[in-house]
Amino acid sequence: MTALALNLAETPTRRAWTRFRRNRGAMLGTCLLAALALSAIFAGAITASLGLDAEAVDLARRYAPVSAEHPLGGDELGRDVLARLLQGGQVSLSVGLAAAVAAAGIGATIGLLAGFQGGLTDSILMRITDGMLALPVLPLLILLAAVDPTKLGMSAGSGGAASVVRIVLIVALVGWPGAARLTRAAALSARAQDYVRAARAVGVHPFRIALRHVAPAAAGPVIVAATLAMGQVILFESILSFLGLGIQPPLASWGAMLAHAQDTIWERPMLTIWPGVAIFLTVIAVNFVGDGLRDALNPLAVENR
Amino acid sequence: MGRIIIQRTVGAGITLLVLSGLTFALLALMPGDPVDLLAGSDPRLTSDDIARLKALYGVDKPFWERWISWLGRLAEGEFGYSRMFGAPVADVLPEALLRTLSLAIAALAISTVLGIAGGALAALKPGSIFDCGTNFLAFAGVAAPSFWLALMGMALFSITLGWLPASALPADPDAGIFECARHLILPIAVLAALETAAILRHARAAVGEALTQAHVQTARSKGLSDFRIIWRHVLPNAMTPLVTVLALDLGALASGAVVVEVMFGYPGMGKLLYDAILGADYNLAMAVLLLGAGAILMANAAADVAYAALDPRIGFGKAVT
Repeated sequence: MTALALNLAETPTRRAWTRFRRNRGAMLGTCLLAALALSAIFAGAITASLGLDAEAVDLARRYAPVSAEHPLGGDELGRDVLARLLQGGQVSLSVGLAAAVAAAGIGATIGLLAGFQGGLTDSILMRITDGMLALPVLPLLILLAAVDPTKLGMSAGSGGAASVVRIVLIVALVGWPGAARLTRAAALSARAQDYVRAARAVGVHPFRIALRHVAPAAAGPVIVAATLAMGQVILFESILSFLGLGIQPPLASWGAMLAHAQDTIWERPMLTIWPGVAIFLTVIAVNFVGDGLRDALNPLAVENR
Repeated sequence: MGRIIIQRTVGAGITLLVLSGLTFALLALMPGDPVDLLAGSDPRLTSDDIARLKALYGVDKPFWERWISWLGRLAEGEFGYSRMFGAPVADVLPEALLRTLSLAIAALAISTVLGIAGGALAALKPGSIFDCGTNFLAFAGVAAPSFWLALMGMALFSITLGWLPASALPADPDAGIFECARHLILPIAVLAALETAAILRHARAAVGEALTQAHVQTARSKGLSDFRIIWRHVLPNAMTPLVTVLALDLGALASGAVVVEVMFGYPGMGKLLYDAILGADYNLAMAVLLLGAGAILMANAAADVAYAALDPRIGFGKAVT
């Protein structure tokens, strides 16, 4: 520990990595997440190699029991549950990743603006952020999901791909406040640093100061916020898809699978287990990684925590 | 003291006003308006009739004009008419409000007791199995989707074991109070489980913080029992930050209530809102949303005031920023 602190040749990134690696929860989360990501990326290949098809309906296999060919059995239309789970993971994870990046982008912009500008801008933006944090998000999500895109002058778009884009936008619009809070705090502390004051004294354009001097200082918190936001937006997506307002069939997502599982819960309660476990594991892994990153990237973090 | 209360109330009022405008704009963006829906269900209506009806009900005007007239009616204490129920919104709301309040208060009471007791015990023995266990439960509760928890509860207790009903209301409307309560066990348990997870983490942190203070060490060296130390010396200090966090969690509780009510078919505010939004019952949706948001904002403001009042270190001037 002391050796770490004395080793001046070590870069901050390296030090953060050392700290991250020591955090068991974070490493476990990383491994879990890596496994989930790989299974999502190679979902097609895995299903094909097992001789399965996520969208093939076979009514003879309705509620097929667990067997060698169908490791998790069949669903209400005889589709293979494992193949659906893999495909659903592809959708849920990519929606989560895209929406988390978008949410962190919105949040970082708002946070940077608020922290850097201060004054009235800050007050207004933070009131909005606090409101978003305090008020229940689910009604807002439902409202946004019920909006008709044609009335906004967008093309209606139908089918799976359009529902994916839609849901990414919706959950990103709701998932940004956490990132805004963290970025604002980082921007506020960066703004008071001597190098920023020096840059200002030299007459550097405020926009350039914000971008070149304040934003990099906020990079750590933004990464943390994006990670934590990913856990949230995956939950948002799952709940909207569960309520029938998110991902549309024939595309599967974990939330949408659970919606169908609820319809048939009296016949096959087992179908409600796996998609939920998948969401749960993903979110818990993301949260562990996020917490680990927060501790690792915080230069003031106490070692050995 | 008086000033901060006024400031907070005005702030909440402005937030509500902005929120109502935003909601109105979103509702205006939904596919179809009430007249379109009416036309869909009545093939005898001609397009002239539809245009006339739209003009009559004012739905052909831009949303901000309708918003202002809605605000005007609200100022006269008029919530409007619910399309779905065919009754004034003011007649529909009280029963739903009562239902949701009983659900939420029961869940909140259970989870506050469990969460604070669990958090305090965990903080007393840091690193113990109990501490790790509650910590994991708290983490898990935040990561588990609320609707999945409800599904698992149904699958286990209603279907596999057959102990509890899977709907929140008895089929027989004349059922006795015990029968009604039995139907509510599962919904309340799901909501309480979610809320307990949130409270556990905060309580663990707040109690852990309060335990480090010198007067607690004095109490301990006097040989007081753990229970007495927690009850008399730690909790009063830990409660102050907890109250604020609990108030901030009310939004999550409300979201959870919407999910639970929809899933268990409990006609409270959450289900009302869900049905109203999807059924284009604008008046009802607006009333439910603003009532819910108003209650939460007021609770938050009250918690801020209480926080400032309870903690002498926080000046009122500071709490306003």
